[in-house]
Amino acid sequence: MTRSPWRGAAVAVVAVVTLLPMVPVVLWAVAGAWRYPDLLPPETSLRGLRLLAGDGVLGALGTSVLVSTSVALLACLVGLPAGRALGLHRFRGRRLVQFLLLAPIIVPPLAVTLGLQVFFVRYGLADTVGGVVLVQLVPTVPYAASLLAAAHADLDTDHERAARVLGAGPVRTLLHVSLPLLRPALVTAFLLTFLISWSEYVLTLLVGGGRVTTLPLLLFSAIESSDRTAAAALGLLVVLPPVLLVLALTRVAGRDVAWVGVSRA
Amino acid sequence: MSRVRATTWRPGPRLRVVLLLTPALLVVGVFVVGGVLQAVLQSLGFAPVVGESQWTLDAYRRVVTDPVVHDSLLLTARVSVISTALAAVLGTALALLVRRLGGRRRLAALFHGTLAVPHLVGALAIGLLLSPSGLLSRAAYRLGLVDSVQDVPALTQDAFGWGIIAEYTWKETPFVAVVALAALSRRVSDLEDVASTLGATRWQRLREVTLPVLAPPVAAASVLVLAFVTASYEVPRLLGRPYPATLSVEAFQRYRDIDLTSRPEAMALAVVIALLTTLAALAYLRLVGGLTRRSL
Repeated sequence: MTRSPWRGAAVAVVAVVTLLPMVPVVLWAVAGAWRYPDLLPPETSLRGLRLLAGDGVLGALGTSVLVSTSVALLACLVGLPAGRALGLHRFRGRRLVQFLLLAPIIVPPLAVTLGLQVFFVRYGLADTVGGVVLVQLVPTVPYAASLLAAAHADLDTDHERAARVLGAGPVRTLLHVSLPLLRPALVTAFLLTFLISWSEYVLTLLVGGGRVTTLPLLLFSAIESSDRTAAAALGLLVVLPPVLLVLALTRVAGRDVAWVGVSRA
Repeated sequence: MSRVRATTWRPGPRLRVVLLLTPALLVVGVFVVGGVLQAVLQSLGFAPVVGESQWTLDAYRRVVTDPVVHDSLLLTARVSVISTALAAVLGTALALLVRRLGGRRRLAALFHGTLAVPHLVGALAIGLLLSPSGLLSRAAYRLGLVDSVQDVPALTQDAFGWGIIAEYTWKETPFVAVVALAALSRRVSDLEDVASTLGATRWQRLREVTLPVLAPPVAAASVLVLAFVTASYEVPRLLGRPYPATLSVEAFQRYRDIDLTSRPEAMALAVVIALLTTLAALAYLRLVGGLTRRSL
């Protein structure tokens, strides 16, 4: 590998192009009046950031955290046994199950949910947090299941057998042996599904009917209004948690499927 | 009354697999399989809960002959093919560049960060960057390239879909790069070294060793990108025009239409979207089958 003066330049170009779109978001979030054609805002203002402390935003933040935490927990609860079956057992129809579990990644959740919305209305799930959580399992369970299947495939089941031989029941074995061994994968699956749910817009809009107001819904209407400062400030609030989570995730996750999931967020 | 104690009863291996899989299959079965079935049925005139069902192909007839849908299909195809191709080429190039440059970890962290940006924020960012009064336009004014907002070519809410393409390319290029970087392992370097020792030129090494190794994962990533881009809603809704809109936006608008006869059309469009993405996935499976047989 030769070290040339071009090296730094190339790295800089890649970094600038990657970061460039976020620059106006940061600038607008702290801009006062910023008229065309000023390249930079002539004055800064805290109005945008102050908007974030308003009741509407705090409420939406609470709803977002509630929905995403519930979705991540449920997706892991559903994905854990499925991952165990796929990772540890060879059975007939295994490929079909794998294919079915990947279907939500290929068949778009929007197309699926349009047909189901009538039933969400009929069973009283429309316009409720419960309904939104339920529908968001569609894009999240496939990732939880495939991450946990991969983790189970690497799992050394001798530890579980040893625990059982020594007299531990199935619950104790699960709590004290299996789950600790699976912890890195569970953490990754939780963070990843949290992230997908955190960014979800159209399913929340469709099933929540605009009444379950998460941060993306608030951000969307802010973008549609002409208040760029409000939109940019909200944009920062929406973007910071996932970016920080993923940078933290970089340390624990090495699996491709995790990155596939992150990019679907 | 059987008095079998719970602790002594253990399900057989088959039953155990079934029990383990039940929750996940229930989610996929009810929502995905059920959802697709419902979309198909409702596009054919099935009206659950409200109204009477009348079986008819009218919705498909209306959709197929509607010039709005033709334009929508054209836009969707254009946007998704161009974005996917750009992301695949740029992502692969970026991965090769990063590998040559070193400093891999910092740039990889940058890509990971970009992956985590929600598309909604991406749409906001691209809008603030490329719109007529956006940052690029201001920079162009400063450089004397344009004299007023009116001179700036429309890059968002444009008829071609450049704004949408820009957002998808910006978000999906790092994704392809991350996947490609993961594939460029030590083993690949070893193979390249072997090729050099055998007298391969740089170009031959790239064509005969590196690209064949990269092709399957990059193709896989591209199909995921294509499926996602074809069906995603918020980016074309914010960066595109109301007309022509992409298929997903069109489907959603018809679903929300007060005129209830639009519902079956929305379902028909949903079925078309699902078909398109499934076809893309099947094409990919064949493609990857061919690619992996050829290489290594």
